[in-house]
Amino acid sequence: MKEYEIVIIGGGSAGLASAIEAYKNGCKSILILERDKELGGILLQCIHNGFGLHMFSEELSGPAYAERYIEQLKELGIEYKVNSMVIHLSKDKIIQYVNPTEGYVSVKAKAVILAMGCRERTRGAIAIPGYRPSGIWTAGTAQRYLNMEGYLVGKRVFILGSGDIGLIMARRMTLEGAKVCGVAELMPYSNGLPRNIKQCLEDFDIPLYLSHTITNIKGKDRINSLVIAQVDDKLCPIKGTEKEFEVDTLLLSVGLIPENGLSEEADILLHEKTKGAIVNESYETSVEGIFACGNVLHVHDLVDYVSSEGMKAGRAAAKYMKGELTQKEGFQTEGKDGIGYVLPHKVNVDNVEDKIECMFRVTGIYKKAVIRVYKDGNLFKTIKKQHMAPAEMEKLILKKEEIEDIKSVLSIEAGYE
Amino acid sequence: MYDILIVGAGIVGCFLAHDLSKKELKVAVFDREADVANKATMANSAIIHSGHDPLDNTLKAKLNVRGNEMYESICKDLGVSFKRTSAFVAATSMEEEDTLDMLYQQTKNRNIPVMYLTKEEAIKKEPNLSDHVTKVIELPTTGIVYPWEVAIALAEEASENNVDFYLNEQVEKIKKTQKGFEVITSKGNYEAKIIINAAGVCSDKIYGKVSSKVDFEITPRKGEYFVLDKLKKPLVSRVIYPVPSSAGKGVLVVPTTHGNVLLGPNSEMVDSGELNNNTKDSLDYVKKEIHKTVKNIPMDKVIHSFAGVRPTSTRHDFIIEEAKDVTDFINVAGIESPGLASAPAISEYVINEILSKKIRMNEKNMYTKRRPNIKLKEMTEEEKNELVKKNPAFGKIVCRCEQITEGEIIDAIRRPLGATTVKGIKKRVRPGMGRCQGGFCEPLVVDILARERKISPLEVRLDGDNSVMLMEETKE
Repeated sequence: MKEYEIVIIGGGSAGLASAIEAYKNGCKSILILERDKELGGILLQCIHNGFGLHMFSEELSGPAYAERYIEQLKELGIEYKVNSMVIHLSKDKIIQYVNPTEGYVSVKAKAVILAMGCRERTRGAIAIPGYRPSGIWTAGTAQRYLNMEGYLVGKRVFILGSGDIGLIMARRMTLEGAKVCGVAELMPYSNGLPRNIKQCLEDFDIPLYLSHTITNIKGKDRINSLVIAQVDDKLCPIKGTEKEFEVDTLLLSVGLIPENGLSEEADILLHEKTKGAIVNESYETSVEGIFACGNVLHVHDLVDYVSSEGMKAGRAAAKYMKGELTQKEGFQTEGKDGIGYVLPHKVNVDNVEDKIECMFRVTGIYKKAVIRVYKDGNLFKTIKKQHMAPAEMEKLILKKEEIEDIKSVLSIEAGYE
Repeated sequence: MYDILIVGAGIVGCFLAHDLSKKELKVAVFDREADVANKATMANSAIIHSGHDPLDNTLKAKLNVRGNEMYESICKDLGVSFKRTSAFVAATSMEEEDTLDMLYQQTKNRNIPVMYLTKEEAIKKEPNLSDHVTKVIELPTTGIVYPWEVAIALAEEASENNVDFYLNEQVEKIKKTQKGFEVITSKGNYEAKIIINAAGVCSDKIYGKVSSKVDFEITPRKGEYFVLDKLKKPLVSRVIYPVPSSAGKGVLVVPTTHGNVLLGPNSEMVDSGELNNNTKDSLDYVKKEIHKTVKNIPMDKVIHSFAGVRPTSTRHDFIIEEAKDVTDFINVAGIESPGLASAPAISEYVINEILSKKIRMNEKNMYTKRRPNIKLKEMTEEEKNELVKKNPAFGKIVCRCEQITEGEIIDAIRRPLGATTVKGIKKRVRPGMGRCQGGFCEPLVVDILARERKISPLEVRLDGDNSVMLMEETKE
């Protein structure tokens, strides 16, 4: 069985960044396994602009952003295999993959980086009532048909969910000549980035129905209409508020789920909220030597943040290879009132270089609010925040010397002064 | 002139077509759907019941018991899945315990294996059994199948042995003639000596095309279900029934042949067999009832919901008889639960009790067995690599969730009576059945279908002719 120092599962934005960073930190025996026919992942179907503002201080399309990393990867001569689907991962880091040229192959790795990304939540997962005709897709699938295969899936479109892919597709399909009749969002606030609400809906006069959901889908062969209704504060449809739209297409943008089938197979512990692995400051999972980054760990808003996380995981994996990571439990992090989750979930201060970035999401809209940080239950810091929303990931940077004295838990809380 | 013309390519029509293909007969099967096994056979609980439940002295009781005996060897012969999982019937109150005792006695009387379990024994076997359960009987002969896999395999083998299948073709008129029948469909005219009406929810209407004295009515009953993702630790390893009531067998928890779990069904009278939509009320009902017998059900692992319509008849038993007013017109109607479990026995009954008295049935000398599906998941690594060497398409995984290769999809299209639609591929090899519900693989499947069938992707259909998928090309 062939052996590698690091095997990276997934050649999208997280996998590419982690490979390059691991290489730069001294690991030369790296293999990236990518299931699609080329590297780049979902970036390849994101032909709109807006990628790279943080990383490169310029606005790139998805494929152009991916190209920057792919070029660098090729220059460094990092090995990768496309059309290669990983079908098994064991906790002793044996990876089985399959491709048309080699068949079924097993390789052994000293370290593994999980970078499989996420999948879209489907109609099935949210059990939308009605018929089950053709014409219903997740926004990302419609995006692939349009941007990669060259086919428009419909002419009169409704979108459920205000996730970013749905918003981007509202604009994209409008530009292709389709009529987008509206976007319904279950929550009283949008789940997309403010700039996408502005640029993809408002600029095209596409109505956004907040606190609405779909209560019926009609049409036995192809969808021909759907009914939306307002929901109450328990998110249940209110009788009498129904509106019907004649459409031939329904797109869903109702959330993303980290793709952790392989992680579960390797007995990696997952977090209830993020649906990704529980990781420490080094992005190492509950299984020693297996790291995770990008959307397989938790769903990000911007690809720039995915790349940045990939780099951290790549650097940590390289340190692990060199025996520079110490294994110690450290302290826990926790989200208190108003906080959905905090990541990393555990911190071993010995492995922190000069600072640590804690990522978290709030559970509702906060205006003129504060973030309170507690060390072992004692208030340590209060930070003012003008605006926070679940759709926008927040970041808290703490210096190493600020966290060295924490014994058991670092807590974050959202609230008002 | 066909000797026998079957209307309806569900599980009953397919069993009959298959069993009759062994005889020196000219047989045709008609269905208005784009594929075989597309209605009730496509949406049911997928259980081969033991035969414990139907009322005494019914065809349902008789044919269910016989069908259960027949299934395992038939599935083995066809190369399709069958698993004798066993089943629990779980009571949760004193009143239900009384019904359970009656059920035990009825089952015993039919010589079906059955035993009482203490609560401790039951929980040892099924750790997720609800704490509300007070008493359990086990029915070890209960099994599960993949219903449309069985029907498709039967149809394939029938087709290999010269049965003609006419799909996407609606029977519009049936005329009794001197020699038999003239059948006018949406696409042509046909003649047949004998007609078998196995048209499911439409069987009363099909009968009505040739008779003015239709002596039963189909009163469709809809049932809705959830499908759970494959779990790391199985939720249940047996079928879990609640104690039956006048409304039917109740809301079940059913392991499937592919490691998923079905939760459902409810039971609701509907006006038409076409009304197979999901409703919030019904799904909410299933969600509530399901906890009666099983705990720790991870509802966040639901990947799909569906509804099926059962062809319940006003006679409340299977109707398997020659029409009283039309000679050589045989009704096989009202085949609701336990229709799937009884299907092979229904076919046997129709052939032995009815057809053999009407038409000479010599066994064919030459009979071709169907080539079993290529199932990579069941092969050793060496076998798989041999296959990839011969055909690299078996090394290209199209569906990540179910790990289905391009080679398997191409085979599903090229087989006799092969898949012609996206749903047809999903039914035969499962891309789209997993947790991403086709989000990743559907564009690839559309591409393969277009290539193999030499049509434009714009012409690829999800299911029937009107289930258009892609609307227009954007690339120059």
